[in-house]
Amino acid sequence: MAKAKVSRKSTSIDMTAMCDVSFLLLTFFILTATARQPDPLDISTPSSTYKIKVPDTDIAILSIGKGQVFYEIVGKDIKMATLDKMGEKYSVKFTPEERERFGVLGAFGVPIQNLKQFIMMDGDQRTKSGLQTGIPADSTNNQLAEWIMQTRNSTAELHATQTRFSIKGDSKEEYPAVKKVIDILQKQKVNKFSLITSAEGDAQ
Amino acid sequence: MAELDTSSGGGKKGKKVRSKKANTKVDLTAMVDLAFLLITFFMLTTSLSKPIAMDIAKPDKDDNSVERNELRASETMTILLGKNNKVAWYMGEAGKSEPSIESFREIRKSILDNKKKVADATGGRQIIMVIKPTTGANYQNFVDIMDELAITKISTAPAIDDENITDAEKDFMVKAGIL
Repeated sequence: MAKAKVSRKSTSIDMTAMCDVSFLLLTFFILTATARQPDPLDISTPSSTYKIKVPDTDIAILSIGKGQVFYEIVGKDIKMATLDKMGEKYSVKFTPEERERFGVLGAFGVPIQNLKQFIMMDGDQRTKSGLQTGIPADSTNNQLAEWIMQTRNSTAELHATQTRFSIKGDSKEEYPAVKKVIDILQKQKVNKFSLITSAEGDAQ
Repeated sequence: MAELDTSSGGGKKGKKVRSKKANTKVDLTAMVDLAFLLITFFMLTTSLSKPIAMDIAKPDKDDNSVERNELRASETMTILLGKNNKVAWYMGEAGKSEPSIESFREIRKSILDNKKKVADATGGRQIIMVIKPTTGANYQNFVDIMDELAITKISTAPAIDDENITDAEKDFMVKAGIL
């Protein structure tokens, strides 16, 4: 009797399709991952057990550290609209190129008078220049209040929602410095805001 | 390579010397491994790097239109945040009961005790918390105390009051060396 021959099959699988799919996904994730802007202020946020994530849109972040306040608006359109309004208010004229560059700028902490110069620098120069002295927030020259006001106006106009304000304070920051910022917000009847904290393991 | 040699080579006794065909297949296993590793990395970093927000509501300063509710003193616990990571707390009205000084480790137990006491005495009513951060406190303390309230499951909104710190409270804190 003739024995049935077991045909030897190759054990290798064609990986091409799998490779294609995985690289497609990889490209997608790389592109959607937002490049993190370097933080101009060295801030270590306090930890908490809260688990609510900060929303992505229509928020503004006030960073407080070393007695300085830095401001960050999320969203390019809001940023540019706010810049226009601020320029009008303080009679600083911004060119289209400057607007465009401001649109991708992260947190900043320069008085509006130096903002033009600051926008045209590149990342390295910005940290070196020493221009980042925080946004003036004292009672005679309260630019921070103005920024907050204009951001709220822009968000209301463009997105028809309210801006959410988040406070990102350094854990060692004195409470009065935080209070000063909270008071500015409360003066504009923003009584609800969030504090940005980092995650903490389960409390012991 | 992971590929097995399936050709029954060696047995041929062909007369012609054939030019050997090079295998065009490339082993993609390592490449796929790498791609998936990177995918995992990007997936996790995009969603996990988001900071966490703690929502805080403060009472409106100039809103006098709404009738303000009086707090029952006996159900109120006031926590004063002082310097050196210390807190002082008392139940009831300021000046009437002696505040106790505690660290952030001990305060959780006190909150839970008082919560239970108030619930027992009033038939299940919630304790009212008043948080008073003073000038000595730092931001970490403030976040910590809000976190403690969340951990101890205080469901009533805490009153955050950094304006009306009474002289009696200040005196006590200065005496205790935490202001």
